[in-house]
Amino acid sequence: MDQTISVRVNDRSYDRSVEPRLLLSDFLRHELELTGTHVGCEHGVCGACTVLLDGVAVRSCLLFAVQADGRDVSTVEGLDGGTQALHPIQHGFWERHGLQCGFCTPGILMSLVPFLQENPNPTEEEIRDLLSGNICRCTGYQKIVEAVQLGARLIQEKSA
Amino acid sequence: MSTRQFGQPIKRNEDPRLLAGRALFTDDVQLAGMLHVAFLRSDLAHARIRSIDLGGAKERPGVAAVYTADDLGEYWQPGPLLVPPPPVGQLEFHPRTQVPLAKDKVRHAGEAVAVVVAESRYLAEDELDDIFVDYEPLDAVVDLEDALESGTPLVHDDLGHNINARGTQTKGDWAQAEDAADLVIRRRFHYDRGTAAAIENRGIVASWDDKSQQLTIWDTTQAPIAIRNGLAGMLGLSEHQVRVIAPFIGGGFGPKIMMFYPEEVLLAWATLQLGRPLKWIEDREENFYATTQERGQVHDATMALKNDGTVLGIKDVFLHDAGAYAPYGLTLPISSQCTLLGPYVVPEYHSEFTSVFTNKPIVTPYRGAGRQHGVFVMERLLDIAAKELGIDPISIRRKNYIQPDQFPYSNEIIFQDFTQLTYDSGNYEPALDRALELIGYQDFIRENQPRREAVGERVGISVVSYIEGTGIGPYEGARVTVEASGKVSVATGVGTQGQGHYTSFAQVVADQIGVAASDVHVVTGDTDLFYWGAGTFASRGAVVAGNAMHAAATKVRDKILKMAGEKLEAAEEDLELIEGRVQVKGVPQTSISIGELAVEANPMRGAVRPGTEPGLEATEYYGPERGATASGVHAMILRVDPETFLLEIEKYVVVHDCGTVINPLILEGQIQGGVAQGIGNAFYEQLHFDENGALRNASLMDYLLPTAADVPNIVSDHMETPSPLNPLGVKGAGEAGAIPVGALFAQALDNAFRDIGLEVREIPLSPNRLFELVTEASARGNA
Ligand code: FES
Ligand code: FES
Repeated sequence: MDQTISVRVNDRSYDRSVEPRLLLSDFLRHELELTGTHVGCEHGVCGACTVLLDGVAVRSCLLFAVQADGRDVSTVEGLDGGTQALHPIQHGFWERHGLQCGFCTPGILMSLVPFLQENPNPTEEEIRDLLSGNICRCTGYQKIVEAVQLGARLIQEKSA
Repeated sequence: MSTRQFGQPIKRNEDPRLLAGRALFTDDVQLAGMLHVAFLRSDLAHARIRSIDLGGAKERPGVAAVYTADDLGEYWQPGPLLVPPPPVGQLEFHPRTQVPLAKDKVRHAGEAVAVVVAESRYLAEDELDDIFVDYEPLDAVVDLEDALESGTPLVHDDLGHNINARGTQTKGDWAQAEDAADLVIRRRFHYDRGTAAAIENRGIVASWDDKSQQLTIWDTTQAPIAIRNGLAGMLGLSEHQVRVIAPFIGGGFGPKIMMFYPEEVLLAWATLQLGRPLKWIEDREENFYATTQERGQVHDATMALKNDGTVLGIKDVFLHDAGAYAPYGLTLPISSQCTLLGPYVVPEYHSEFTSVFTNKPIVTPYRGAGRQHGVFVMERLLDIAAKELGIDPISIRRKNYIQPDQFPYSNEIIFQDFTQLTYDSGNYEPALDRALELIGYQDFIRENQPRREAVGERVGISVVSYIEGTGIGPYEGARVTVEASGKVSVATGVGTQGQGHYTSFAQVVADQIGVAASDVHVVTGDTDLFYWGAGTFASRGAVVAGNAMHAAATKVRDKILKMAGEKLEAAEEDLELIEGRVQVKGVPQTSISIGELAVEANPMRGAVRPGTEPGLEATEYYGPERGATASGVHAMILRVDPETFLLEIEKYVVVHDCGTVINPLILEGQIQGGVAQGIGNAFYEQLHFDENGALRNASLMDYLLPTAADVPNIVSDHMETPSPLNPLGVKGAGEAGAIPVGALFAQALDNAFRDIGLEVREIPLSPNRLFELVTEASARGNA
């Protein structure tokens, strides 16, 4: 039996009728065509599918779409706040070559949003600790760490 | 000329789209009326198929089709042999390639047996449960040595044995070396399997349009042109009716190379049958079985030396695990055979391999591709010899390096590009010295290590060298076009999987045309936009396609200068290209934009001179006569936790030489990413097959990929010994980071446990395995 849900994604409301077993990742990608959220393992390890649910980073492959009913989801497509401009964290990644194939990147960016809000001045160790929840097979992480450091600085400069 | 962009750390053109989540990956393709495909795969590694009962799956609502091997009729054929055997003197070769769906028998766990096509992926996967395959289980061939015993089960019954190939290559006369030796060392070395584990799994979308008679395929492949040609042939279509697009790809590392994977072959066929677009996206578990893997080898190696550490010769006899099918011919064992010789003078060499079929997933090149094994054996032999001769591991390497005046240096045997293994250029000692300096070798040995050992710490250091044959042929091409807007577009056939080709190729072209790299738009991986090419593999993109770009851009530059000279009534030598304009040197008032020239080069009326080609455009091809040899030195300091045997890499240094550098930022990224994979291969990742050929750890929960907490910061530096073989002087760099890491771990661990005489002879390791090896070594010491 399909279930009707109403989800706000990147500040836009969507009403859809879905199978209860439909994963949130599939819902975002295939029902809403927000394909920036990627899927690398579907068992909660790689972190590529990370989105924000009411502001908290979650793995969308471990949730059903129906669990997002009545809630707020943010995905990488919403990072620009509708401005079409890159977010300071994205700038950090661009400047410091924090991505190669870019497949892991949206999940990493979404993990970083709440992290840098809570922790505007993270140490390298804190950054590495946070990143250890996301697997990147291309970069070896070093440039991601540098990207996060720059991103944190850019956020501060912007709000200063 | 304005500032040169070649050689600059320019940030990447492709990034904004990727960062915004707006880049197209294969699974992002959505087509109207699209159906979804799921594969029923064998749980058993080796079994006869008695019968398949579809259990009414075909009739269920939402199911469009169910196919087994019998439904394919004539289309059921083993896949092509992708690389024929090279012209190696002594060779025995029994090719067997993968089939679209198993018929009669399955040969590895995860081999596809049936296909379901349904309205959604969920439905398609549901229906797999309804299908019942009656298997007669057979004993599995898992261990390489057991595979060759008589009376052992056969992977391919018709062969009568499990030998895929045997080959011997020699240089000089090994027997002479053995006779003349002061010391002969014999050891057995093991290297086991890992998987590339790109974060994006494989995927295919295939769509046949009956009205236009066109087949379009989006494929996570590193070689779209080869796939187009192959599929067109199999399906009886013209190559012009097939378009293969390799869009953004979430990491390749080898296994996404042209394979004619069963899924590629089946989706292309099934969309023609059903007249609807089809999508298949591999899940992570399937990736562990159905995507190819690499690295199982066992080496019995012997080295002959003089007392002063001079290497006289090496004899190496090894087994190579080909898995259930071997579409890549001898590429891997030949690569191991050649890379073993490294940057050293080895006068006499005898190398003999047997490639063995096993009931395990198919083996094809994965980043490093056979080179790891060779480097591991060579570097270990040198370490062990140094220990026995009482010389230090650095001096023995220095002593045996090929000297700068010895290039080009021929090793006489045949490389994977079918030419004689000849190093184009190199200068090894400066790289070694720089690595020693960066790692702080003397200080560590003399001061740091003794001080820390005195308080019970376990710390070790290591330094290893390697070479890498890169940039092999046959060829690539590129088309460079100046558009009316003044921007430049470039098309090439190689696919790209994160290597930054959109940027590095743009840099090559930008300097010639006098525009910013950000104004050069590179298109790769779409067979409708560039017809010819081979693909991205063997660290060849920058070398082969890069030089084709350079040639095409140079030609366009000549065209621009010729036209502008006529327009501006100036001699070509007096012109310069700056920021999208051609001007008389130092006289910016007398200039014309290249966009205007492009418009004029494509006249709509009037007559042109005979022989005139329209447009500011050129297409050029480049084929190197042989590969370029990159090299490097890695050094590491590691600390072993004496309780848990977990490792901490305290310092990691890479000094590499890949010729002229196009973009140092991208190069560093390639090196760091390669090292991270090397670290995974050396200490975290191992595929555990049980005696039945079942994979015990087919998930990212159980197969450990290194995380940000495991991979250290890497200090890197580069030397530039340009390749004399190509105009840009570049050598490839895609695999270098990953190649020597196993050897590096082994040496550092031996060093940390030298008091108990630890001698690591296998990779991958793990804390558990290290504990076992240390326990054995101490027991031997105490016995
Ligand atoms: S896809 Fe969700 S964690 Fe990997
Ligand atoms: S950039 Fe490819 S997986 Fe992270």
